[in-house]
Amino acid sequence: MTVVYFTALALLTLTAYVLASRRSVALSATGVRMHSLPAYHGLLAISLVIAPMLLIWAVGTPLVSQLAASNALTNFPAEIRNDALQAGSALREIKNLAAGQHSGDVSDALRAATDTYSAWRTSGNFLLLIIGLTAALAGIATSLRMVSGQFRARNHFERIVRIVLMACAGVAVLTTIGIVASVLTETIRFFFDPNIKGRPGILDFLFGTEWNPQQAMRADQGDIKSAYGFVPLLTGTLLITAIAMCVAGPLGLLSAIYLAEYASPRMRRYAKPVLEILAGVPTVVLGFFAALTVAPYIRGWGEALGLDVASESALAAGLVMGMMIIPFISSLSDDVMNAVPQSLRDGAYALGATKSEAIKQVVLPAALPGIVSAFMLAMSRAIGETMIVVMAAGLAANLTLNPLDAVTTITVQIKTILVGDQEFDSAKTLAAFALGFVLFFITLILNIIALRIVRKYREQYD
Amino acid sequence: MENSTVDLSAIERVEAARTAHLTAGAKPAKVLAHDVNVYYGDKHALQAVNVEIPDRGVMAFIGPSGCGKSTFLRCINRMNDTIASCRVTGKITIDDQDIYDRSLDVVQLRARVGMVFQKPNPFPKSIYDNVAYGPRIHGLTANKAELDEVVQSSLEKAALWNEVKDRLQDSGTGLSGGQQQRLCIARAIAVNPDIILMDEPCSALDPIATAKVETLIDELRSNFCIIIVTHSMQQAARVSQRTAFFHLGTLVEEDSTKTIFSNPKDQRTQDYITGRFG
Amino acid sequence: MTDAISSLPTQLPPARRRAIPPDVAAARVRRRYASERTFKALGFGALALTAVFLVALLTSIIVKSLPAFSEHRAVLSVLVDAAIVDADGKRNADAIRAADYASLTRAAITAVIPGIEGRTARKALNGLLSSGAADDLRDRVIANPSIIGTTIKTPMLFSDDVDLYLKGDTGRHTAALGAAELTPSDVKGDITLTAANQSFAALIADLEREGVANDAEAGAHVLDGRIPSRVVYINGGAVKVVKATANTLAGPVLLPLSSVTPAQAGSWNLTTYVQPESRRRISDQEIVFIDKIRSAGAIERGFNWRFFTSGDSREPELAGIRGALIGTALTLFVTLILCLPIGVLAAIYLEEFAPKNWLTDIIEVNINNLAAVPSIVFGLLGLAVFLNYFNLPRSAPLVGGLVLALLVLPTIIISARAAIKAVPPSIREAAIGLGASQQQAVFHHVLPLAMPGIMTGTIIGMAHALGETAPLLMIGMVAFIVDVPTSISDAATVLPVQIYLWSDLPEAAFQQRTAAAIVVLLGFLFAMNGAAIWLRNKFERRW
Repeated sequence: MTVVYFTALALLTLTAYVLASRRSVALSATGVRMHSLPAYHGLLAISLVIAPMLLIWAVGTPLVSQLAASNALTNFPAEIRNDALQAGSALREIKNLAAGQHSGDVSDALRAATDTYSAWRTSGNFLLLIIGLTAALAGIATSLRMVSGQFRARNHFERIVRIVLMACAGVAVLTTIGIVASVLTETIRFFFDPNIKGRPGILDFLFGTEWNPQQAMRADQGDIKSAYGFVPLLTGTLLITAIAMCVAGPLGLLSAIYLAEYASPRMRRYAKPVLEILAGVPTVVLGFFAALTVAPYIRGWGEALGLDVASESALAAGLVMGMMIIPFISSLSDDVMNAVPQSLRDGAYALGATKSEAIKQVVLPAALPGIVSAFMLAMSRAIGETMIVVMAAGLAANLTLNPLDAVTTITVQIKTILVGDQEFDSAKTLAAFALGFVLFFITLILNIIALRIVRKYREQYD
Repeated sequence: MENSTVDLSAIERVEAARTAHLTAGAKPAKVLAHDVNVYYGDKHALQAVNVEIPDRGVMAFIGPSGCGKSTFLRCINRMNDTIASCRVTGKITIDDQDIYDRSLDVVQLRARVGMVFQKPNPFPKSIYDNVAYGPRIHGLTANKAELDEVVQSSLEKAALWNEVKDRLQDSGTGLSGGQQQRLCIARAIAVNPDIILMDEPCSALDPIATAKVETLIDELRSNFCIIIVTHSMQQAARVSQRTAFFHLGTLVEEDSTKTIFSNPKDQRTQDYITGRFG
Repeated sequence: MTDAISSLPTQLPPARRRAIPPDVAAARVRRRYASERTFKALGFGALALTAVFLVALLTSIIVKSLPAFSEHRAVLSVLVDAAIVDADGKRNADAIRAADYASLTRAAITAVIPGIEGRTARKALNGLLSSGAADDLRDRVIANPSIIGTTIKTPMLFSDDVDLYLKGDTGRHTAALGAAELTPSDVKGDITLTAANQSFAALIADLEREGVANDAEAGAHVLDGRIPSRVVYINGGAVKVVKATANTLAGPVLLPLSSVTPAQAGSWNLTTYVQPESRRRISDQEIVFIDKIRSAGAIERGFNWRFFTSGDSREPELAGIRGALIGTALTLFVTLILCLPIGVLAAIYLEEFAPKNWLTDIIEVNINNLAAVPSIVFGLLGLAVFLNYFNLPRSAPLVGGLVLALLVLPTIIISARAAIKAVPPSIREAAIGLGASQQQAVFHHVLPLAMPGIMTGTIIGMAHALGETAPLLMIGMVAFIVDVPTSISDAATVLPVQIYLWSDLPEAAFQQRTAAAIVVLLGFLFAMNGAAIWLRNKFERRW
């Protein structure tokens, strides 16, 4: 049905364009001075076909399936209809049977329901097609009537284009709203929905030191509230982030200084791609490297030194995470240092400063806000990074600051909980969304502060 | 327009100017500006300008930098609309039609009022496409042959045809500066406008190219109403029949070029043309 | 400043300067230069270390991936037995498809090593071939039914463990030629090899070193799977050493001997496989078989095309990335057709049409922040909105593409805006001065000129999407999917997720394939980035 509908849409679009532009051409051939080019009359006619047809389809299709579903369910007894879970599974069976993918026995009620469902859908979709065609033809008729010398087809069409442009820009806002809405509603349910078994209080979540959602699944066992303690995840995340920053901070900053202040253009030409390639390596690749190359090495060295190193140590994940954010820090710092006016350096040189003194005492302090914000952005990136820690860090939520131990992170737990089969309404699933909210919140704050610092800093030198 | 005291004197001056033309046997005014004020945000860039520009001839706007002459020029084809903070009050008419009237389509206005810019700005397309762009978007030609004809005649009128007729498909940006500016003039002519606005068209050109463009302007004046903003008083004297002197956002004096340069009424005009400031 | 100076008392004494002795001053300058050099060296060192990281990363992956690009096959003669393949002789396609090809491949490999008795040994022999060998044979017969009833020579894929052994993964072995005459007690079963003198004293000493003491009950040193295993090759057969004394060795025959004739010194050997049997995935029995097949010249090594032409599999030697590649292509296709138009139109709006007001400000701030939201959060969005709210299919490229489109949209908007901004305003003015509307000026002139920049940004954005894994895990693209997807609503996986899935599997062959898949992924990424750089250099216009 969809195919028929959209084929009709395409054909009508073409017809509308041809008719309207032909009419405009014909009119101008009789000597009428046309305000707009024939193409604009055609394009306006197209919009008058596409807009109503898409609208009817977007509104009508879900309406039809809803109607079909509710009518089909009348074939089942009331207790099934009124239980959301059973009604849902019955509906799934109906849809499977309608699509010819049902396996197993088919009860009479199911067969009758499926027939009702199919009948409603067929007639509903047919009705939609009729309405859509009528609207489209009306659109074509209107646009043809409107073709005249004075009619400003271009202006009208451009107004439509402007709305489309605005809508496109709005997608970004919608995305943010979608993220906030989806993550926030689940988080609120996690803390406040009385139907969720085993949900913790906000304080239990924020200050609990034990994280064990796997155990909490069996809701009748153990002290449930202690299963959702956020603290070990936070310390784990921060530990790995700290290790990463210890690696990437000095390396990234020093590389940036070398590139911005010392390197010859030739050197820059070769060194920049190295950083760009490193920045382009997918994190799943870095995770593989961390888990299969770096972690065994660290374990080997640890054993040689007589240390007890976990095979999924925070150190391995942190080191590779550091590698990931080196290019990030260095390119941002490089930019801010290049933005420091040459006159400041010249001032230092004129006083007899060596290059390193000029850098340390003039350039770096001047670029400091930018560098701080680069570090913050890098940190936010490290906190939100998933694949490296999923592959190289552990699952056990140990509350420790020992980099040789295994720790887990927020992202690892989100991934662990949500990958695979999950019941949508369990506390465990909602916990993942709560973690997602925390993650979004932390990174958002870091970004906003960093962007604000950068903006202030730009204003200073622009 | 609500400001009655200024208004009266302004009207009187405009009326006087109109009568002067009539008595001098000049053609009726093509462009008529009445109490035009322009604001950029809070800045009052142009104050109560009243002027009458006759058809078929060259009118030069002169004055020191930032005096508002370009701003006024850009009011005549409403180029200022593209600047968000810009606000225009007052009334400008072309052939007795108010160009700031709500019902007027600014695009059609600009088709009647061509413009040539300070820096030659040909589109990075072929010479042919540069000239053909205007006729295309305004639907002025019915077929390719007509379009070819328009392109050729426009290039001929712009005195460029002989130089480019063998390479119409070459990029317009590959021409020399003077050729580029003449291409821009051809591009403006191709739409068959009544008025051509030129915003310091020679300031980016060398003297030889300038001379060519000036010759061209002189040739075009029999067919178009040309308004040119220029920094160079010599150029104004060479190409224009009438000259308006702007200073600090006001129109100080407007008269025949000869009068302005030989016998200005206002002291500021006197100072400017004798080189005391500017 | 001037005021401050003029207000100072005029009788100010001259500034006191410490007189620094010249040698101290010189030392100070030396020190400053030394610190200058240190600082510069530090910077260079940081850069070099970063480069070392990158090189280590790339080499470790490339080295790991190399074995996965080749595979070993046994080139065997196989009788395509009409009685099995086409019992009723009607060339019925379904019957041919359903036939038991495994029995044919079993027969083929048994023919190479005749005389094998015992279930364990036969199982080991049959297990050398991959289960894919029979499938390949089936494909061959279906493609060309005329070979039914004939004997053909065809390459048959080895299992992953055999493949790894042949690639040298099992480690080294040493062979010592026999120093004395050795007499086997039988040609098959558990046998004893008796030497003419105490020639195994050295072996006993080795065993003692490896921690094997004399077992009083057995009256010998007993070898087990925890120490290097020893095999005696004698009279064309092989005997695994289980018990050893100074002059006898005993154990099961791995490969039947041709006779019980005493073997002369130098005509038999004692081979030590250094890696203990319990620590490898291939048994001594299998090693003996493979070596026998190898000595028959029936093993070939070829490029692993299958890796690119087949979907995922539980068997490493059969697993390929075709499914993941197609899934990636479909996903990126959805991403591209969504985010390119939306991103470009949004950029045009913000750069050319948006009024300067709070709403526009919000959109701008919002886009900048969206660019830094962790990718996994986009996965949560996809899960909650696309899967649970809109009921779109799980694991489908459609949803993956949607999520990735939202993910890279900020990147594309930002780069498209930069490209549009770079087009000089004079172009817009020229068009508008000719009477073009603002939209005509933008769509006829600005957009075409900004296109190279937009394409560069888009390619970089798509490369970003290509490497993204985490959000796709959230929307269920992690399922084990054998079939190659054919539409955007089929269950599918993508290359990075395939890498993640394989990296979790214990088989060494899968580790190599993971590395190989990474090499392919990096190849695509480098190609895309290279294309972006090329585009930038070719079309970048300085105004």
